[in-house]
Amino acid sequence: MARPAYESPLERAWRITYLVICGLIFFFLVAPIIVIIPLSFNATPYFTFTKEMLSLDPSGYSTRWYDNLINSGEWTRSIQNSFFIATISAIIATTLGTLAALGLSRREMPARAAITAFLISPMIVPLIITAAALFAFYARINLSQTYFAIIMSHVVLGAPFVVITVTAALSGFDNQLIRASQSLGANQTTTFFKVILPLLTPGIVAGALFAFITSLDEVVVVLFLAGPKQVPMTVQMFGSLREEISPTILALATILVCLSILLLSFMEMMRRRTEKMRAGG
Amino acid sequence: MTDAAVPGAIPVPEPKAALTTADGKPLKQALRKANAKARRNALLLVLPLFAFLLITYTIPIIQMMTRSVSNPEVASYLPNTAEAIADWDGTDLPSEEVFAAMATDLKNGGRATIGRVAARLNAELAGIRSTMMGAMRSADEFQAPFKEALLADDDDWGDPRLWKLIQRESRTLTPAYYLRALDYEYNEDGDIVRRPDYLRVYTQTFWQTAWMSALITVLTIVLGYPVAHLLATLPASRANLLMILVLLPFWTSLLVRTSAWIVLLQQEGVVNDVLVLLHVVDEDGRIRMIYNRIGTIVAMTHILLPFMILPLYSVMKTIPPSLTRAARSMGATPLRAHLTVYMPLTVPGLAAGVLLVFILAIGYYITPALVGGESGIFISNLIADRMTGSLAQLRLALALATILLVGVLVLYWLFNKLVGVDRLKFG
Repeated sequence: MARPAYESPLERAWRITYLVICGLIFFFLVAPIIVIIPLSFNATPYFTFTKEMLSLDPSGYSTRWYDNLINSGEWTRSIQNSFFIATISAIIATTLGTLAALGLSRREMPARAAITAFLISPMIVPLIITAAALFAFYARINLSQTYFAIIMSHVVLGAPFVVITVTAALSGFDNQLIRASQSLGANQTTTFFKVILPLLTPGIVAGALFAFITSLDEVVVVLFLAGPKQVPMTVQMFGSLREEISPTILALATILVCLSILLLSFMEMMRRRTEKMRAGG
Repeated sequence: MTDAAVPGAIPVPEPKAALTTADGKPLKQALRKANAKARRNALLLVLPLFAFLLITYTIPIIQMMTRSVSNPEVASYLPNTAEAIADWDGTDLPSEEVFAAMATDLKNGGRATIGRVAARLNAELAGIRSTMMGAMRSADEFQAPFKEALLADDDDWGDPRLWKLIQRESRTLTPAYYLRALDYEYNEDGDIVRRPDYLRVYTQTFWQTAWMSALITVLTIVLGYPVAHLLATLPASRANLLMILVLLPFWTSLLVRTSAWIVLLQQEGVVNDVLVLLHVVDEDGRIRMIYNRIGTIVAMTHILLPFMILPLYSVMKTIPPSLTRAARSMGATPLRAHLTVYMPLTVPGLAAGVLLVFILAIGYYITPALVGGESGIFISNLIADRMTGSLAQLRLALALATILLVGVLVLYWLFNKLVGVDRLKFG
């Protein structure tokens, strides 16, 4: 950063302090996530760095917790459950949410603010309240402890994210493109599939990923709705964090961190692509 | 556009004739029709999600609210008594008519239904269950006058408190669960009184939830403001790189981050190890930083910090740096330029961040449940604990949840008014 020539020594000292403070805050943000990665390769069943690990002795490291994760039926089943629930609910949430966002962005949409607030409310209402209401509701119609109830609940929680991301993508949309397409003789359907949809794809994909992650990460509602058959990975993790803390959780946590890094890079890629398209590149 | 005028010619409108479309309809009417159609199309697109949320979300929430005041047992299992006792003035004992109605209900009701209402009443006045179950067993032998018959069966039927309770609970709506949620209750005479000190757990937890959320919000401002400012003022390439450090925790699972803090803060954990290594504390003096309030506050500040940084950043990015420079060129000190020019412009982002973090914090459940121990719990934890208990406990949980919901909706309304939900963005 180029600094103005009139900077006084006091300002300079302050700027350095400021950068150090920011550095510490960044450290606070990232260090807890990074620290679990080496600890997941700990050869001992503790959550701390052993002497062997610190001296980089290979005997201090082991992949036993990963083996544990893969070979334990409980964990693999719960991971499968999570991915199954997240995939189905993301597909439904993306479909419903994209349609709603397309409607909301129409100029003629009546009562837009009120309807948006309603569609987004599941995101604001505390999860425990949603969980209490849905638990009582599905228990009453004898559907609690079913995949159906869990998937429906996750659609409720995921759809608002789709509405928001697709609406954001639409807000940067140049309506002249539609007119251009129509003036060149395309009908509405062709315009939608050849012009609107490709430009919206990054927004829709981002929304779908949000819905997927929301479901994959969700603990509170499934804690009350899932029966022994549907236990997802988060409930399994919550249970073992409460009872017997084992480093197996750290192995899973490390995998999840890698997943979020992948996701983050993917989102960044999509963002750049949109920027390029917008710039007409 | 086939009937377009010849280029260059100026169309002369026919005097008094209304403008029409190609097929002869008045233009105004056609426009109105087209607008109505466009509106209908827009609504049709929103409809699937709207209807879906209405059925699978709004209805459960409304049901939750109605169930938190519902009190059907006495009215449905002792129907004759409930009707007969409605007119009783509450002095001395009810009339023979009420006793007769009770005898009929006890005779008609099966073991299961009387058992249920007896259990419900027993929760309010101990001993009622055995009185009712005893009378139910001998109900077939009761003869008029029923007052004497019931009193002969059990002295407790002569207790006016019992009848007062039945009268009170024969109403199908009850504020009882809300009273309990606010640490009030009915005493034996049917008056509303505060519960004894040592039982006042709910109001205390509501306050604790509020002040801990406020503290966490303040901490996220203190930590988030400088970082957001740095990100907004750095050149884009470097800012994007540092942004990853904010987005990575944002994208990382809540459970992963909570387990990371368990790993770091526990007594045999990394932070204590480092403190011992640096001789800040000795081996026996390891600090308890988890399973108490500190654990909740630290972990939740970490989890909610990105929700403060992102809205602040998006507002700060739009503030042109020339404004502060202009203030400086006019003689303001850097501090003054920052406080009087820059800071006021960041208020919308700050408001968004504060409300977002506070709303998210007061509803938190998982993190306090895992690292809060006894002292660091939130109201959500009590709701969750009560949810899987008896029916009365479930209704209490629903009442607590409704109170929390109303609080959040007020904040949400405020948020919408100040910031607008449609300005919410991620990533």
